[in-house]
Amino acid sequence: MSAALVVAAVILVALVVYTLTAGADFGGGVWDLLARGRTAAAEHRLIDRAIAPIWEANHVWLILVVVLLFVCFPAAYAGISTVLHIPLTVMLVGVVLRGSAFTFAAYDPMPGGGARRFRRLFAISSLLTPVALGVVLGAVSTAVEVDPRTGRVVGDFVSAWLEPYPFAVGLFVLALFAYLAAVYLIHEADDEALRVIFRRRAQVSGVLTGGAALLAFLVAREGAPRIHEGLVSAAWSTPLHLVTGAAALVALWALHRRRDHLARAAAMLQAALIVVGWGLAQYPYLAVPGYTIEGAAAPEGVLWPVLIALAAGSVLLLPALVYLVRVFKARPVRGDG
Amino acid sequence: MDDLLAARGQMALSLAFHIIFAIVGMGMPLLMVLAEWLYRRRGDLHYLELAKRWSKGTAIMFAVGAVSGTVLSFELGLLWPGFMAFAGPVIGMPFSLEGFAFFLEAIFLGIYLYGWERVSPRAHLAAGVMVLLSGSLSAVFVLCANAWMNTPQGFALVDGMPAEVDLWAAMLNPASLPEGLHMLTAAFCAVGFAVAGIHAAALLRGRTPDFHRRALGIAFAVGGVAAFLTPLTGHVAAEQVAHTQPVKLAAMEGQWDDERGAPLRLFGLPDEAREVTEYAIEVPKLLSFIAYADFDAEVKGLRSFPADERPPVAVTHLAFQVMILAGMAMMGVAALGGLALVRRRRLADTPGLLRLIVLASPLGVVAIEAGWTVTEVGRQPWVIYKIMRTAEAVTPMPGLWIPFTTFTALYLFLGAAVVVLLRRQVWVADHPEAEVAHE
Repeated sequence: MSAALVVAAVILVALVVYTLTAGADFGGGVWDLLARGRTAAAEHRLIDRAIAPIWEANHVWLILVVVLLFVCFPAAYAGISTVLHIPLTVMLVGVVLRGSAFTFAAYDPMPGGGARRFRRLFAISSLLTPVALGVVLGAVSTAVEVDPRTGRVVGDFVSAWLEPYPFAVGLFVLALFAYLAAVYLIHEADDEALRVIFRRRAQVSGVLTGGAALLAFLVAREGAPRIHEGLVSAAWSTPLHLVTGAAALVALWALHRRRDHLARAAAMLQAALIVVGWGLAQYPYLAVPGYTIEGAAAPEGVLWPVLIALAAGSVLLLPALVYLVRVFKARPVRGDG
Repeated sequence: MDDLLAARGQMALSLAFHIIFAIVGMGMPLLMVLAEWLYRRRGDLHYLELAKRWSKGTAIMFAVGAVSGTVLSFELGLLWPGFMAFAGPVIGMPFSLEGFAFFLEAIFLGIYLYGWERVSPRAHLAAGVMVLLSGSLSAVFVLCANAWMNTPQGFALVDGMPAEVDLWAAMLNPASLPEGLHMLTAAFCAVGFAVAGIHAAALLRGRTPDFHRRALGIAFAVGGVAAFLTPLTGHVAAEQVAHTQPVKLAAMEGQWDDERGAPLRLFGLPDEAREVTEYAIEVPKLLSFIAYADFDAEVKGLRSFPADERPPVAVTHLAFQVMILAGMAMMGVAALGGLALVRRRRLADTPGLLRLIVLASPLGVVAIEAGWTVTEVGRQPWVIYKIMRTAEAVTPMPGLWIPFTTFTALYLFLGAAVVVLLRRQVWVADHPEAEVAHE
């Protein structure tokens, strides 16, 4: 296995973890926006408690992806950030507003109208950012063209992403994040009324996620032929779809039977497999069609030391990460199964 | 506005904004750990209260720092794809390590801020120490990358692209250590003075003196010690610049002619059209001595360099003067504070000194912003010194005034919100009855 492929695999793993952790933080913002009625205050508190201690650590996975991209695939990073300048900027504004507005609302010692408006801003940017992220990922699968003579990206900064397929992916990412958040929040709620609410929301958003996936798949036939081809006819595609579909069905069934632990495990597996499937369908491209993994890679003399540094860093990082999760997420779950 | 200028404006704004929050992520953990440690040793509940109050302000600042840092890592590509396509791999090591350091900082800050009731006292204090270490390390790594832009090494140029990359040589370039040390001491100085000013102002208004006196003691001690260390680390950095970037030194000093026994200039206004620096107070031979440890050493003047390889002289020189003056003023206030302690007078009982501390409180941040202006503007017209011009690095994207305006508005809004919230945090420290519990 080449060093470039190993780095690409690490990037994919980081994206999976980002989806499972930070994705759910964004999803929490979506549910914050939809909190209504008598339980609204309790829902806000639950979402606060779930997000506050960990969102910054979860966010770092995105930074890891960016750093690995520019260190190990510098030409592709430069090309992608040139043609996708606009959706990336929108995503950044969303990232900035989400993080700061959430913190401002949570740390206002005299919460009143101001805190309520920040809360609203946090929720709206939680809605906007996943869509922009999906648009970027969708465009990376379709329209990053490179002029073979100059080696530079070509395009008008708009047509690469202003297409149905990237927006279908954006919708799908939003639905998936909201679904994950709902499934997690069942666990973190310490009151049965809230659990009932989030079980129902998880079921609804789970079905919507399936619908959005189907929509993206249909649009991909025209809009992202290479991805579509990979998803339909590659050797791995049928088994992967079967397992992903099975995980989705198990999750919905477990939600119905109130087997919350099982539902969470199945939903996480489902989300992870979706991201992995997208990565496999991209192979051997990093950005379709301009940059392949091997073609865009930095010299091996750069890749191996960076991989070694990653491995060494993980030895420090992983125990710390496990400790963080244990401190804040290890609460007894009552009413399970 | 032309696109290159808009891109430079956006980058400068993003750096200037982020740096305030980055230094808080370095300095506040030290203050909080000291307060918590004093509480554990003396059992004085005021110190516990202090650590908790400070941690709330830090949480606000750290969140904004985390997201504005993310903006920067994307902007490297969004604004300077030419630079990143070239430099990305070469400065890959410090950036990868910075990722880990920042990760650890975020993890342990989460534990520190939200774990008061969830982990043991010893683990809590240890988490604070981890935030301090990883926050400082993360800054040092970023500075290694910036240092490489000033003294690039660790690669060979083949067809205009880097080859035979030596990641460690690139990371440990000659400017890394001087830049890192200078920024660390400056950050502790700036945070110490800013926090001391807040508590000195509260003392002057006669609010809960037991609480604010302890806060002032810790913050002023940290800021004061750092105020004396920063000129020393700055001297190391200046020597480094003299040896590797003589044109930057000449711009900092407004030195136009090659000169043996060159004077140090205080104040002064460089006129770039006439190539003279007027209205300066000149201290004979001091520049030669500071730069080369020899009163008669020759200092290169700007005229020795082609006009299209000189940085904007007036901006660089004036920013340098602002930094020096702010630094000297802080040293003076720190010295007065030391004198008061020697005479066994409490800081809190000397209103004159408290007023000076309030006046000096923004100076550390001013000095840091000015110092970064010197580093960055003084490197122009290069993005990588003598390798790549800034104009070659910029994105072909048109209409860059739009993102520039957007981020300016966004950061003004966030800055205002942070100020309002921090003021509220300070206010409820003295009026706990006004605080509304969130949970």
